[in-house]
Amino acid sequence: MLEIKGLHVKVAGKEILKGIDLSIQPGEVHAIMGPNGSGKTTLAQVLAGRVTYEVTGGTARFEGKDLLAMKPEDRAREGVFMAFQYPVEIPGVSNAYFLKAALNAIRKYRGQDEIDAMDFVTLVQDKAKLLGLDETFMKRGLNEGFSGGEKKKNEVFQMAVLEPKFCVLDETDSGLDIDALRLVANGINAMRSPKRAMLVVTHYQRLLDYVVPDVVHVLVDGKIVKSGDADLARNLEKHGYGWILEEAPRPAPARP
Amino acid sequence: MVSKTVIQEQMAKQEYKYGFVTDVEMETVPKGLNEDVIRLISGKKNEPEWMLDWRLRAYRHWLTMKEPKWSNVRYPPINYQDIIYYAAPKPKKPVKSLEDVDPEIRALYAKLGIPLQEQERLAGVAVDAVLDSVSVATTFKDRLAELGIIFCSFSDAVREHPDLVRKYLGTVVPFNDNFFAGLNSAVFSDGSFAYVPPGVRCPMELSTYFRINAQDTGQFERTLIIADDGAYVSYLEGCTAPIRDTNQLHAAVVELIALDNAEIKYSTIQNWYPGDKQGKGGIYNFVTKRGKALGVNSKVSWTQVETGSAITWKYPSCILQGDNSQGEFYSVAVVNNYQQADTGTKMLHIGKNTRSTIISKGISAGYGRNTYRGRVHIHKGATGARNYSQCDSLLLGSTCAAFTFPDIVVQDPTAQMEHEASTSKIGDEQLFYCQTRGITPEDATNMIVNGFCKQVFLKLPMEFAVEAQKLIGVSLALEGTVG
Repeated sequence: MLEIKGLHVKVAGKEILKGIDLSIQPGEVHAIMGPNGSGKTTLAQVLAGRVTYEVTGGTARFEGKDLLAMKPEDRAREGVFMAFQYPVEIPGVSNAYFLKAALNAIRKYRGQDEIDAMDFVTLVQDKAKLLGLDETFMKRGLNEGFSGGEKKKNEVFQMAVLEPKFCVLDETDSGLDIDALRLVANGINAMRSPKRAMLVVTHYQRLLDYVVPDVVHVLVDGKIVKSGDADLARNLEKHGYGWILEEAPRPAPARP
Repeated sequence: MVSKTVIQEQMAKQEYKYGFVTDVEMETVPKGLNEDVIRLISGKKNEPEWMLDWRLRAYRHWLTMKEPKWSNVRYPPINYQDIIYYAAPKPKKPVKSLEDVDPEIRALYAKLGIPLQEQERLAGVAVDAVLDSVSVATTFKDRLAELGIIFCSFSDAVREHPDLVRKYLGTVVPFNDNFFAGLNSAVFSDGSFAYVPPGVRCPMELSTYFRINAQDTGQFERTLIIADDGAYVSYLEGCTAPIRDTNQLHAAVVELIALDNAEIKYSTIQNWYPGDKQGKGGIYNFVTKRGKALGVNSKVSWTQVETGSAITWKYPSCILQGDNSQGEFYSVAVVNNYQQADTGTKMLHIGKNTRSTIISKGISAGYGRNTYRGRVHIHKGATGARNYSQCDSLLLGSTCAAFTFPDIVVQDPTAQMEHEASTSKIGDEQLFYCQTRGITPEDATNMIVNGFCKQVFLKLPMEFAVEAQKLIGVSLALEGTVG
């Protein structure tokens, strides 16, 4: 579904991703872990199409199409979704209005009619229940005055309504208490399907206790230095990143 | 950053679709202003002596006045002798009914989406069409007359209803009120007059469509609306002008009078030519609008959507004289390219238990400068007065500016005042977020702008709310709307 080869990315002139190779098949959940500043969020943002991130080399193909050549909105319409680490607030635009606009934009791209108003209400109510969101939630301004937990729930809620093929979740677990984490994890698990793939970016094991990944990658200094199964994540939680850093081949330090 | 460039490109692509010129044979007076020109205008309108006297008194006073310089707008000096003060389409034959209106003029209004044939018109709206200095047609006059409602051009009112005009003219905006009101009082050409008799609820929207067509002319219309005891009227005005390189002056005066238990709702969709991308041309819009809630329990409500004009200088205000009277001001002002707006309101609380609400939404884009200027004055003895003010600014891009000058004077200790203000910016972060949900930056901007204006749009008559929403999309050059 997603094939990334030799991806190099610069942010503000500084190279952050230094050759990423990643292959994700339908039905798989991959986790990306790594210490602060290793490039996890950069990878997520580049896949979503953030223009301030400059791709200097490599390719990313989504269902055979050149993902990097697409505008962000077209990526979304093709079925790529990103749950943001820090979702923005848009005052005055209600959650319901926003979501309907998004859904219809995607449907239009796929040659479908706009969703019927009643069908939309039913759809939204179903998905809201899944995440324990009450009805007033839909009428509030988009993320306006939401708590950190509500914002994260809203991301997963949007994902549930838009039903993308490929989901990137950028630190969706950060800032959640244990109950909220469970709700969010349930929401994500409910979306797992043989046709859908996910890339879960996280610092910690705790989300992966609920959303058990098929593959775990460790990202250090812009490169994937180790990949393994769900046990790898548990080891990281126990022993930290130190042992991987020692194991991983590193460039020789420059000598004066 | 690409997303920002997209927005800036979009906004610079501004198109003004009302910029055409219609070739109508015009009758004008010589350029410049003096007593002879005023006599000439008055004569052309077959005005009674008292009207001419009033104009001349206004003119003589105006000569002693100075153009105000306190507003937050910049423009080169206006040469008041270089303006044509009267321009009217030459009548081909006497206009007795709508069918007699010159087909050229009819075509002009049809092009603007304002058909003058009643059967084609929205059933709920009566229109007075003012072209340059004269009213060319008024629809539904007869149907309104059955209810005792007078809706006609100001010139007709002066001739046919002199008692009403003399009783109320200048009682809300006297000719010595300010420089532009003084100028208007001397040379005003046409405008609309409405009188709703006691206890009558006007069954349709009354509306005036102002169009400047001729070159080098100024438009100086005057509107007077009176709602008698227990009456209700909703009035709407719209304005457009052709694209020209030179600036044209528009200095209007609007006076509203609401007697006991009466309500006047006045809505404006102002879309005068705003000038081009470089700021060349456009209308100078210097307007004095004021309503007097004279009777007990009366109400005056202003709603304005200001998207046009190179310069806007207007402060639709309410004098809350009657006890328990109410004043409202709902405004959306948009500036793009080099447009400048200095607009707001005054709420003067004089009667007891008077209430006022101010909701102002300013949107700035391009190199636009947008200023909210407001005064809330609770006079001594206005016990129990309440005001709520909210002034929000939205910035698109980083080259525009927004200013807020609220002025609050409280002379009665029982007053309750609330003032809220906010400034926000449509950021790249917001646009990117929308894009990742499949929404284009243009649609996202439109959606955010509409969300920002919603409170005001809800106050407009239904069919015009849709119009206003579209207009703002066009002003900000956003194509395609969501939902």
